[in-house]
Amino acid sequence: MSALAQLARLIRSKNAGPFELTFDIMFEDAATYERVKRSGAVSREVVAARYSLPPEKVKFFYCDHALAIKASIPRPATQGDLADSDGHGGQQYAPLMDIEIP
Amino acid sequence: MLSPTGVAGSGFQESSFERALEQRPHFIGCDAGSTDPGPEYLGSGRTAFPLDAIRRDLRLMLAGARRLKIPLVIGSAGTAGADVQLELVAQMVKEIAAAEQLRFRLALIHAEQDRAYLARRLRENRVKPLNPAPAFGADTIARSEHIVGMMGAEPVQRALEAGADVVIAGRASDTAIFAAIPLARGFPAGMAWHAAKILECGAAAVVNRKTPDCMFAWVRQDHFVVEAPDPALRCTPQSIAAHSLYENADPFRLVECSGTLDLTDSNYEAVSSRAVKVTGSRFVPAERYTVKLEGAEKAGYQSVLIGSVRDPFIIRQIDDWTARLTERIRARVNMVFGDRLKPADYVFSIRIYGKNGTMGPLEPVREMRAHELALLFEATAATQEIANTIAGITRHQALHLPIPEWSGLITAVAFPFNHLERGAVYRFNVNHVVEPDDPYEMFPMDLVEIDGAAFRALAA
Repeated sequence: MSALAQLARLIRSKNAGPFELTFDIMFEDAATYERVKRSGAVSREVVAARYSLPPEKVKFFYCDHALAIKASIPRPATQGDLADSDGHGGQQYAPLMDIEIP
Repeated sequence: MLSPTGVAGSGFQESSFERALEQRPHFIGCDAGSTDPGPEYLGSGRTAFPLDAIRRDLRLMLAGARRLKIPLVIGSAGTAGADVQLELVAQMVKEIAAAEQLRFRLALIHAEQDRAYLARRLRENRVKPLNPAPAFGADTIARSEHIVGMMGAEPVQRALEAGADVVIAGRASDTAIFAAIPLARGFPAGMAWHAAKILECGAAAVVNRKTPDCMFAWVRQDHFVVEAPDPALRCTPQSIAAHSLYENADPFRLVECSGTLDLTDSNYEAVSSRAVKVTGSRFVPAERYTVKLEGAEKAGYQSVLIGSVRDPFIIRQIDDWTARLTERIRARVNMVFGDRLKPADYVFSIRIYGKNGTMGPLEPVREMRAHELALLFEATAATQEIANTIAGITRHQALHLPIPEWSGLITAVAFPFNHLERGAVYRFNVNHVVEPDDPYEMFPMDLVEIDGAAFRALAA
């Protein structure tokens, strides 16, 4: 077992416009990407659980050419609103880092 | 085509730019804005990058484009692309032309939306929500400081057809800036839009980005090739494919006014150690032409206060402590203002750093591990004076809020300084599209003939 953060070259979060947040999990080489993809340990349901959302609120993609897994969720507060804590959405990925990959 | 940088004002290497000009681009394009810096730029009309930094980039781009006698297309002028920002950039262009003795025809394309026009389209049910979207009604239009439409490629093409050498556009789709010319010259839409998507961020799609810099693409009938002019920068199939992930919710389908760029079948191959060839990208025309709106309204005036706590008694009861404090502050505000300020007339909040200040409701960690907590108190109201008063009340109430563990007068918060005025604060209030009759009606154009310091308006 390895934590996702040990296998990925970059896990990041960012605004996808003012109303959505997007997560990119990027890998250095095809073997590692395929290992994570085939394991099924990173899925729409797992991302949903990490952010306490129903799975249908999560957009989820495997990006083979980019060697990346991507997920997008609605922002809990619109970018820049009084309740928003992260204007660029850049520090929202930590809950993905310790996903265990067989 | 040449993209000097991802945002005008973020800079690029002059050596890369000169090398790119030697490759004889047919035009230079540059995005100059985004919603990413937040709603305050659309709300206030200020620019996110310093004016001197924007002027430096513009001067080099204008001089380079005039030297090669090729078009220069700038989109989303002045960060949000509202009229006040378009005017600011237009003024800058005129000053540069005067200083550098440049001659050209300038097109200014407005993207700020007329309130009566939007109200009419709303009544006609031709303003449709995207997902997720806030409610949008006649009152939203009235409350907004500025509402802009995000133009497609067509208004830019119209400006070039009218003989413009330099196009400064208000809010524009980042990709439309670059797709306009290849589309007008008959290149396949899939190639034009995908190459545009890579170029709009400058050299962001390279493997080893050091600083913002130039990117170059050759668009052909069945493919395009992308390469960074700086020989030290490398594009790889993976880095170019990964670029469509950045700041997009869906990496395979990118929606534009006139249709959707579909990257499902795109293929990426290395043509050298630094250049990548892309094939297979498709553009699916939309049944209905739509223009996305962006709007910002004032949320109020804000005062903030930064403090911290170190006492473990307070830290272990922080949720209860902040709830009691909020109650006291609200009671004290009521004593001071009475009926002049109702509870709904102001927003008071406390962020707790060390607990969930960064992630708020998304934070999965429940137990606190910190030996100190930072507190950010925010008071937002209709005037700065009221916000300041609430911040002043907050400081005093927070300092001396009692806890059961201690008897006697305590001083509970460390404040490095007193409250700060943030001035007006704004919120985005629209995530909708308009269905116009044609791609031009929302984007009127001015044409100006510029000759050094002299300029005269032409009939557009």
